[in-house]
Amino acid sequence: MVKHYDTTVELSGVKLDNPIIPASGTFGFGREFAEFYNLDCLGAISIKGTTRDARFGNPTPRIAECTAGLINSVGLQNPGIDKVIAEELPALRQIFHKPIVANISGFSLDEYEECCAKIDKEEQVEIIEVNVSCPNVHNGGMSFGTQPEAAAEVTRRVKAVTKKPVYIKLSPNVTDIVAIARACEEAGADGICLINTLLGMRIDTMRRRPVIANKMGGFSGDAIFPVAVRMVYQVANACKIPVMGCGGVSSASDVIEMMMAGATAVQVGAANLKNPYAAKEIVEALPREMERLGIERLSDIIGIVK
Amino acid sequence: MYKKGIYTVLSNEPLTPAVYRMVLEGDTQYITRSGQFINIELEGKFLRRPISVADYDATTITIIYKVVGRGTEQMREMKAGKQLDILTGLGNGFSTDNDAKRPLLVGGGVGVPPMYNLCKRLLAEGKHPTVVVGFNTREEVFYTEEFKALGVDVYCSTADGSMGTKGFVTDAIREEGIEFDYLYTCGPLPMLKALYDATEVEAEFSFEERMGCGFGGCMGCTCKTKYGYKRICKEGPVLKRDEIIW
Repeated sequence: MVKHYDTTVELSGVKLDNPIIPASGTFGFGREFAEFYNLDCLGAISIKGTTRDARFGNPTPRIAECTAGLINSVGLQNPGIDKVIAEELPALRQIFHKPIVANISGFSLDEYEECCAKIDKEEQVEIIEVNVSCPNVHNGGMSFGTQPEAAAEVTRRVKAVTKKPVYIKLSPNVTDIVAIARACEEAGADGICLINTLLGMRIDTMRRRPVIANKMGGFSGDAIFPVAVRMVYQVANACKIPVMGCGGVSSASDVIEMMMAGATAVQVGAANLKNPYAAKEIVEALPREMERLGIERLSDIIGIVK
Repeated sequence: MYKKGIYTVLSNEPLTPAVYRMVLEGDTQYITRSGQFINIELEGKFLRRPISVADYDATTITIIYKVVGRGTEQMREMKAGKQLDILTGLGNGFSTDNDAKRPLLVGGGVGVPPMYNLCKRLLAEGKHPTVVVGFNTREEVFYTEEFKALGVDVYCSTADGSMGTKGFVTDAIREEGIEFDYLYTCGPLPMLKALYDATEVEAEFSFEERMGCGFGGCMGCTCKTKYGYKRICKEGPVLKRDEIIW
């Protein structure tokens, strides 16, 4: 008899078949990936970061290749919350029947509050992921995620307008990640998602100018995995609320490593852009990796490393 | 529709000191239009390399690429038998369902390759294409003989005058008095803009941009058009005259 490997996990009462969640910004609203495979194999999907108003984002070039990763400076291009609710979520529901994580960004406390209040009414959304960590927009995004009090204030405002679980997505571009995560927890966050991208830069030495039009951007990919594991470990050990781990995950082995560090679910980001089947292949590889490591129930290993 | 698959290098040979032609064997069913591209995974490179399809048939894809960096340097060294992980069927490509009878195809530098399959397709549809290719200098010229072998008129411009008309493709079009009722073009941005300004016929322009994924997932290559935002990799790389914002 084939042994059963239990890959289910639970995030604030939301049950996932497995911990694999394509990360916001690397998976659009699912449509492009549904041409490659049936998305229902995924634990959940975190949709493209959404703001109150439609945004074009930053000028191009927005992409720079790096060793074992890339820098992006997309700048929160999205159709705006109303269109996401009216068009993108129903379209995603047609092709995906598992939990949806709505990633919300903002440039002001009012904007976060307004968007989350709107998303709160959407039955199809299970979890709200509040992005206070986008490095690619000025006066917003990351500025809320680099100070404990600012992150806590966003958390309080958002929690006041929604009953859905709220996960705060944090930036690694800080000196004390634990202080920020704790501030969010104390302000009522249901969970923490980390890490967003690391601020990076490349220079075109031939042309003597930055590769990215906006000069700097968010560095992601395999190269940042150790940073992500470290921060997941620090935050998981300092907070009681669950952590969604994110950053450089590209294999089932990485998923288990991040869970051992303390992640309850694991997001796969840049790997989707290199290999459109990455998230699916990781899901499929999980039981084999569990067998290899003698793990019967994946949830048993969450934060097992002390 | 696009798919990922494994392709085998059949040949890989220089056309000029910097430009190579690679023929790949594998599933080509997802390539449906001229002007689409493929995205090639390379060892040790995080991002794939998007390269336009110069030609394809039931079992092979021909690409023509210029060696400009580490990725294409790696491609240059590939021998027959090498297997590659490639996404095919990417981008919208050129449309040919129009009333054009005498389309003009203009390629500049490594913008020339997608014109080859397009030329074959237009001929197969009973149209009478004319081809203009532009390069910097004689040593860089490739594919004029291949176009001639298709039975079409081919004109060439070189910036230094070492072959064909001295100057740009727009000079060649004017000097040769080429008549046309539709324009297809691919090449450097200044060339596309010059053609846009110098012509009035309906036209399709193939654009380039730094891409992340190549299939619409990352929004890395978005541009503004008169009909909203478009991803060069997905709704592009081909844009029609009336939608372009320069």
